[in-house]
Amino acid sequence: MPYKHRIARRAAQEIEAGQIINLGIGIPNLIMDYLPPGQQVFVHAENGIWGMGPRAKAGQEDPDLIDAGAAYTTVVPGAAFFDSLMSFAIIRSGRIDVAFLGALEIAQNGDLANWIIPGKMTPGIGGGMELAQKARKVVVLTTHVAKSGQPKIVKNCSLPLTAPACVALIITDLAVIEVTAEGLWLRELAEGVTVAEVVAKTGAPLQVPSDALPRF
Amino acid sequence: MGNSKIFSVGDACRSIVDGATILVGGFGQPGTPNSLLRQLLAQGTKQLTLVKNDASEPGLGISPLIEAGRVDRLIASHVGLNPLAVAQMNEGRLKIDIFPQGILAEKIRAGGAGLGGILTDIGLHLGSSLVAQLVEVDGISYKIEPALRGNVALIHAERADEMGNLVFAKTAYNFNPVMAMAADLVIVETAEIVPPGAIDPDHVHLPGAFVDRLVLIEEFGPEYGVLKHHALQT
Repeated sequence: MPYKHRIARRAAQEIEAGQIINLGIGIPNLIMDYLPPGQQVFVHAENGIWGMGPRAKAGQEDPDLIDAGAAYTTVVPGAAFFDSLMSFAIIRSGRIDVAFLGALEIAQNGDLANWIIPGKMTPGIGGGMELAQKARKVVVLTTHVAKSGQPKIVKNCSLPLTAPACVALIITDLAVIEVTAEGLWLRELAEGVTVAEVVAKTGAPLQVPSDALPRF
Repeated sequence: MGNSKIFSVGDACRSIVDGATILVGGFGQPGTPNSLLRQLLAQGTKQLTLVKNDASEPGLGISPLIEAGRVDRLIASHVGLNPLAVAQMNEGRLKIDIFPQGILAEKIRAGGAGLGGILTDIGLHLGSSLVAQLVEVDGISYKIEPALRGNVALIHAERADEMGNLVFAKTAYNFNPVMAMAADLVIVETAEIVPPGAIDPDHVHLPGAFVDRLVLIEEFGPEYGVLKHHALQT
């Protein structure tokens, strides 16, 4: 299984029946393929959907129906459309149970940086800052290290923050790591990955339970 | 009818002057008033300040105006899908101001609701340079975000009646109603103009009180259709 799908499959286990979730662009969007069958989950999209369904099949796209990443999508029975004011009222008032976001850096206290590399990448913030700051739970889905090989999980972020101390859980191609008041805890390992490899590729102190770790 | 709101695209847009601040509906392509934007390009309007959620994509929406050097300043929440806009920013030819998406919407709503601004705690961590003024309410710090208005709003609606009451479609709804609230002259392009009463008053998304001019879209170019690069491949 490609690592992005392994991450998405594991992330879907964080969703409980009846919850409202928001999926960022990239790996988070793959969660749609792994939503628990038979459980009602309400997917919110910033551009004005509550009750988003899977991506539109080829030939069945509606030009007026996209997700927040501009991909053609669908809705489930019971969905609602609304304007941008309503969409962000839903976010900022705390109605999003879980937001799944990407990351450039995550600090050991849960600080998240994912919106700008000054002088290099300036896409703008979109809805990310409000989601990171106001969702009830923020789960980050990312590769464990950057393309350069540098750890993405660090003691302190060097990039401007999206939101401070907002991340609860980090799911990578190597591991599941929980952010706690006592620092980072290794909770699960991907198939074929060792504790030593995860520790070596994590740029902040990582606490490891003495019990055998579950695999995902 | 002497006071008709129905205009040709040329007559509707002719009074838009150089240097205007223009609020533009749309999130990506859905809800983007492509026909009105094409008219602005054709009539040569320049030195514009555009306010739109995003910078569109090359060749689409507001991008042709940016590419032609007609835009001095863009106020948006996301420009990541338009490398041409980012390049102009890096060359110092286009000033881009970025706000969190929902805060941008609320600044404009305040402008359209007769308010001076909003209080928000989003982005307070970014520091003093971006925090003009702090206000404390019930022990929580908020910053003041001033209201934002435009001289003109360009809007795309699915359907309008002759009174200017509007209905939006699916995710083409997005920023259109709030943009229409906050400009001195509101021009709407729409696929259909129906007689008064043909839209159930319960189903109106934006009351015609905010709408000055209606333009029936004459030609639906490919920018209104399915963009293959955002579709799943067979």
